[in-house]
Amino acid sequence: MKKIISMREMLNNQKGIIKKVSAMGEMGRRIREMGLVPETKIHVQGRAPLKDPVAIKVRDCILTLRNNEANFIQVEIEVPDAPEKNTK
Amino acid sequence: MKTITIALAGNPNAGKSTVFNAITGGRQHIANYPGVTVEKKYGSVNHKGYRIEVVDLPGTYSLTAYSLEEIVARDFLINNRPDLVVDIVDASNLDRNLYLTIQLKEMGVPLLIGLNMIDIAKSRGLDIDHEQLSSLLCVPVVPMVARSNRGTDYLLDKIVELAAEPKEWQPAKISYGLDIDKAIDEIESSIKASGITNEKYPARWLALKCLEGDKQVFASLEKDPDLSKKIHAITQRVIKHTLSTLEEDPEGIIADHRYGYLTGITKKALKRQIQSRLNMSDKIDKVMTNRVLGPILMIMILYGMYLFTFSASEAPINWLDMFFSKLKVVICTVVPKGHIQSLIISGIVDGVGGVLGFVPIIMFMFFAIAIIEDSGYMARIAFMLDRVLRWFGLHGNSVISLIISGGISGGCAVPGIMATRTLRDPKERIATLLVIPFMNCGAKLPVYTVLIAAFFSENRTTMMFLLTITSWIFALFAAKLLRLTVLKGSQTPFVMELPPYRLPTLKGACIHTWERTFQYIKKAGTIILGLSVLLWGMMSFPQLSADQIRVFENRKNSIENITLNSPALKKYIKNKKDLRELDKLYLTYAQAVANKDENITKKLRKSRFFPLLNAAYKTYLNKTDNTDGYDKYSQAPVPESDTGHTENSLAEAAHEYIQYRQIKEKIDAEQRQTALKHTVAGWLGQKLEILTRPLGFDYRTDIALVGGFAAKEIILSTMGTAYSLSDSTANRSKSLAERLANDPSWNPLKAFTLIVFTMLYVPCIATLACIRKETSWKWVWFSICFNIILAYAVSFIIGQGGRILGL
Repeated sequence: MKKIISMREMLNNQKGIIKKVSAMGEMGRRIREMGLVPETKIHVQGRAPLKDPVAIKVRDCILTLRNNEANFIQVEIEVPDAPEKNTK
Repeated sequence: MKTITIALAGNPNAGKSTVFNAITGGRQHIANYPGVTVEKKYGSVNHKGYRIEVVDLPGTYSLTAYSLEEIVARDFLINNRPDLVVDIVDASNLDRNLYLTIQLKEMGVPLLIGLNMIDIAKSRGLDIDHEQLSSLLCVPVVPMVARSNRGTDYLLDKIVELAAEPKEWQPAKISYGLDIDKAIDEIESSIKASGITNEKYPARWLALKCLEGDKQVFASLEKDPDLSKKIHAITQRVIKHTLSTLEEDPEGIIADHRYGYLTGITKKALKRQIQSRLNMSDKIDKVMTNRVLGPILMIMILYGMYLFTFSASEAPINWLDMFFSKLKVVICTVVPKGHIQSLIISGIVDGVGGVLGFVPIIMFMFFAIAIIEDSGYMARIAFMLDRVLRWFGLHGNSVISLIISGGISGGCAVPGIMATRTLRDPKERIATLLVIPFMNCGAKLPVYTVLIAAFFSENRTTMMFLLTITSWIFALFAAKLLRLTVLKGSQTPFVMELPPYRLPTLKGACIHTWERTFQYIKKAGTIILGLSVLLWGMMSFPQLSADQIRVFENRKNSIENITLNSPALKKYIKNKKDLRELDKLYLTYAQAVANKDENITKKLRKSRFFPLLNAAYKTYLNKTDNTDGYDKYSQAPVPESDTGHTENSLAEAAHEYIQYRQIKEKIDAEQRQTALKHTVAGWLGQKLEILTRPLGFDYRTDIALVGGFAAKEIILSTMGTAYSLSDSTANRSKSLAERLANDPSWNPLKAFTLIVFTMLYVPCIATLACIRKETSWKWVWFSICFNIILAYAVSFIIGQGGRILGL
């Protein structure tokens, strides 16, 4: 089963595909010029000790985003079909 | 010889500088682009009968109008029209690097791609078919490894070949979707019809930029109101349309299509070997940025840097210290006594030597920083601390600047301010730049060292640690204050790259270290040299008038006459000449015993005054309380007298002589104090004393602090001069620390107040010059006033508060 959530909600080590970047203006440009555009595969590497920013692997390099930026990125993730599985 | 001009473009970290150095052999000139603070690096090389001028453009990810670097890069391309643009592309990060390539193609510049770091790409399992890439992009591609000079010759061949026959600019037509393509065509034809642009600007590129909402391009089209109105209408229509149908603005859609176009190309030209396991860099990161281990390791690494710097620099600092003392001795023997000697020793050698003496600390600190930066760990520090710094209105990358400026103690604010260039947001950048002077740079350390040695010698390490923390607290809260008031504004996005860990090369680290250390040394040779000479002049002139001097001379004469008439001494000293000789010998002897210099003591034994000399020195030692630490140097056995004189009469004579010496020294000290107060600096210091009395500083400290305006290094040397100028001859051999520890007007509270004041008050001239270069005069004045007021307020609270608490 596939599900779309914001990047902020992704768990460490989770993989996904970007579906939408809703940020505009400078933030939108900064996010996109680093290669975070729809149909890009991402892989969450981990978070800083204070849980923010988040580090993700995109197109062979590691980028860091703050949580309030990750909010603007919608990602499609693979969710196991078992209904009781809780995706926080 | 024909000259061709080429521009080097590329992402930050794509190895542009390495390519530049490989091509030009490192012979570079640095200037600023007109009107802005962005550095322009250029050089040249001769190849196959052509002279190739190379301009290194600032590293950028794209060519929009959002950042200064990007505006500079594209303005250069449009206004200077280089014969060829060489786009350096990091092969291990192809997609993102080609994003800039596409934008260069959209502009239409004649292009050549230098596909750099193919070795790294290969080691990561990326197989790039560069011929395929070239034919898909319609741009010639030269694979290379600039770091080991592979492919640079071929690149030069290609440059000559392509630039020899200049081509028309040909903006590439890329599809951004139906709506936008149509709008671009419309705007392009209106621009062409209006004839507003000369040949310089490709109309299609202008049209594209208009849709991207590029303010600079819009402004350039406002010359023709009809046209700009028309374009405005078209763009508004498109924005409305895309927002309602796709929920994205045209800018976003254009970026998405560029990447779509790129992905199509890289899919064909790039073969990925299946990579199931994590690469080395990711594995390291699992540990280094771990929630628990990460911060612990970070503290350990920073502490390690601190230990390395101070232990490695200890020996070289002592060597330099010895070198400068020897130099002073040599100057004393070569140059005759007088103003010239005083100028060279107190003005030049002490001033410049004080600065150069600290070069080892600065150098080792910068070396450690270079290793941390080149390895890729610095970006992780920024990543881990971003959350903390954001709370204070700064950016993760501000940490780097603050550390270079002395965040671990022992840096320099000048390269620190240069490093703020990595900060995108002007407000975050100015806030960082304004709090940088609070860091404990290498120049403040000697002041701390001496005051700590004098008053807190039991807790040296704790005190240094405490001061490091204090400076961070002040810097961070000051930043918060600035960001809440004069620098209010939203925060910039933190999309930052964590570069893969790389083993730093010794050569790279050394070049980095040298560049930064050199900025510091340059300061010593120019600003500090000039100012220490000026300060010496201020502390030496005007001199006492002949009348004033005569008063002191008369007092000295009368005490000499009384001494000569004393019956106990008459046996040993016949006349004034004898007394003078004894004075001279006494000083030499005291110094020789203190230094345990056997050669001199042996020589002195032959003198006819020796018995008296020896007895007098022993009397002196008995008289002074052995509490000042001075005695530990004189534990060398004092030679016993071996003559037949009766002990009693000798002891009496010695006593008389020492008494005479002490009175004479008191008069001397009084004369020196009067002389110092009489000078320009003394006058200024006394005026300032009124202001600084609540803080507990006397006029001598004030003189030193005024000197510190020029450079913090001067504080210590000026205090040294001021206190030695007004101190007695016998105390000359004492260090400033001992002198302060013995001075009744000093106590730990005053020392601590002075330390904090030094930490916070005005940036040095070199730093101010740098702030001016990076911002404007407004911020220079702001920085001066803000820091002085803060320093005064904090020191006032400490000084007065401490007094109330009875410290």
